[in-house]
Amino acid sequence: MSDHAATNGRPLLTPFNIVAGIIVVVGLILTVLRFTGGLAATTNLDDYNPWGLWIGFDLLVGVALAAGGYVTSAACYIFGMKRFHSAVRPAVLTGFLGYALVVVALHYDVGRPWRLPYPFIMQQGTTSLLFEVGACVALYLTVLFLECTPVAFEWLGWKKARALAVKMTMVLTIFGVILSTLHQSSLGALFLIAPSKLHPLWYSGYLPVYFFVSSIIAGLSMVIFEGTLSHRAFHDKMDAVHLEERDGVVLGFAKAASLVLAGYFFIKVVGISADNNWHYLGTGYGAWFLVEMIGFVMLPSILYAVGRRDKNIPLIKWTAAWTVLGVIVNRFNVSMIAFNYHLPASDRYFPHWMEIAISVFIVTVGVLIFRWIVTRMPIFYEHPDYQDSH
Amino acid sequence: MSISRRKFLGWMGVAGAGSLVGRSAKAAGNKHFTGHPESMGVLYDSTLCIGCRQCEAGCNQVNQLPPPEKPFDDLKVLDTTRRTDAKTYTVINRYTPATGDKPVFRKIQCNHCLEPACASACFVRAFTKTETGAVTYDASVCVGCRYCMVACPFEIPAYEYDAALDPEITKCTMCYPRVSKGLLPGCVDTCPMEALTFGKRDDLLKIAHERIRKYPDRYVDHVYGEKEMGGTSWLYLSGVPFKQVGMREDLGVTPAPSLTAGALGAVPMVVGLWPVLLTGVYAISKRKDKIEQQEKAAAVETAKEQTQSQADAKLTEALAQAEKDKDAAVEKAVAAALEEAARKQEEAAQKAEADSSASDDPASGDSGATPSEEES
Repeated sequence: MSDHAATNGRPLLTPFNIVAGIIVVVGLILTVLRFTGGLAATTNLDDYNPWGLWIGFDLLVGVALAAGGYVTSAACYIFGMKRFHSAVRPAVLTGFLGYALVVVALHYDVGRPWRLPYPFIMQQGTTSLLFEVGACVALYLTVLFLECTPVAFEWLGWKKARALAVKMTMVLTIFGVILSTLHQSSLGALFLIAPSKLHPLWYSGYLPVYFFVSSIIAGLSMVIFEGTLSHRAFHDKMDAVHLEERDGVVLGFAKAASLVLAGYFFIKVVGISADNNWHYLGTGYGAWFLVEMIGFVMLPSILYAVGRRDKNIPLIKWTAAWTVLGVIVNRFNVSMIAFNYHLPASDRYFPHWMEIAISVFIVTVGVLIFRWIVTRMPIFYEHPDYQDSH
Repeated sequence: MSISRRKFLGWMGVAGAGSLVGRSAKAAGNKHFTGHPESMGVLYDSTLCIGCRQCEAGCNQVNQLPPPEKPFDDLKVLDTTRRTDAKTYTVINRYTPATGDKPVFRKIQCNHCLEPACASACFVRAFTKTETGAVTYDASVCVGCRYCMVACPFEIPAYEYDAALDPEITKCTMCYPRVSKGLLPGCVDTCPMEALTFGKRDDLLKIAHERIRKYPDRYVDHVYGEKEMGGTSWLYLSGVPFKQVGMREDLGVTPAPSLTAGALGAVPMVVGLWPVLLTGVYAISKRKDKIEQQEKAAAVETAKEQTQSQADAKLTEALAQAEKDKDAAVEKAVAAALEEAARKQEEAAQKAEADSSASDDPASGDSGATPSEEES
């Protein structure tokens, strides 16, 4: 609606742009280093620690935090919560960019990235959970792309294509939920094969369920958290409906997140009981586990509930950021901190600064693309030609 | 849409079928895989090992691996604990057990599991458990994801982290090419102490148990690899608890594929049931909307009717009231008019009377009688 506001007359050399520019330049240099010197030149990975930050953060956290897409579209289209409609487009766009960047990040991590389609075109290793992850991520990326096409078609003014794409909404949403259920859970199931390496407090036969349920928490919290950031940066892009529904989205998602967190806490306790791992709580890892469970699961569940009851929007926003951090902590625990717990400290892994820099680079690229799109396409507002057409 | 759906069903079919009839992921059943019949293995008797590193040299030679940093006869290397890496398929480590000061040795290489974790975890099937018992690796399809290294409970596979564009996984092949030609594995061939015995796994198990039976004081009563992770083609005998020579005793006896079979088996269930559940939820929410709308419409209709009838009643009432008011007003007006007329007549009469009394007019008496008659 207000296309001119952001694109016209905005200075190029803002502090944000300068920092982002530096990150991108450093990232490009490190990219060259990675593909000329190999993983040894850019990472601290070794034979004991084959997976590091690029799997723990870029893949596990990336996919979990991109869950907002399927959670929001399912709430709106399948569960019929139409009042969340204005939240769908930003969430689906974030999901699409998130997954696209996960795939980009994997190109850095695997040895021969051009062979990534091999599991589908050469030999199918269907006994591997990684095959399931790969197949579902590839398909879901396609689904998210198709879910995003109406936005681009509206921008381009292709009415017929847009009408066709919108008709597919329902089918795509259902596919999206199925695929998300499968690969969110199978990311957790990746670790099922290594009970001797993952600390018993984190290893459980329920790992796939834990990853799936916590992805819902991540998705709900990310919609709130990312919406907060978007409000600061792109307030002028948002139409009256978006702004009006905003508080309703925050309150509704806070309520849902509080409940899911409570359920998640319960099933985690069930896991500890089922394997009778109570005695580990007294150890150092046990203390850290309690920090995760009480600090990052129980506490946000309560804070979300209080925020919802008192209609305390700032409290909910802070809780959302805290919960997102909690999901990151959980994925780091499973993939790095509690993984290889049996090894002596000298054989443990800590990421190289270049690994961190590449991860930051990829996130920055995601933010830049997000900004490019929302300042041009109808994400935070409804295109004037298509109002009331949903 | 039709393309993505077909693609989707195709992939899910592959994934689903794979988990049901997969070669090594046992979804369920009462069968226990004990290795390919007649498959080979190696028995390592650590009580016979002197830590001379000749096996390392033999391995390096037959596999044409790059020369080591320090020569194989340099035993100072044993001062540090080592592991397999991209240039080394096997290493000997020295340990000082808690009991006694005599050092003991332990050889590390791929154990060639009967149901290998690496093969189960590989999403391009780069690993094969061959009929000889060796687990082999095919670099021509490997993507380099390193999930095999995550999966391996013995931490054996290594990776060429230095290679920028063509890194490979490296690990002991149990000298598959040599064994296929009827030769011994390199390490077994070079061992001067006969600490390594190559043979059929079933025979090796018998030999191992026989040694324990014959020399109960010499050995711990356990053949490592007989049951660990479902059994391995390499078997170990030791004079000290295996834990003291860096071998994990907490791995359990479950073959690696069984650990993921449940999760894989859930895939077709989700694919089959989620659409049913989700369309169900969608139908319910849609129906709720529809009923809500119907109820709304019905309520509006009722309200309209009610308002109408209320208005009608009010109107009738108002009309009746108006009629009444009108009658009353007419009556009142008539009465007022009559009164006025009477008053005027009286006034006129009085005036006439006064006039007649003044002029003595007899007509005034008649006019006074007329209004009083009308009034009655």
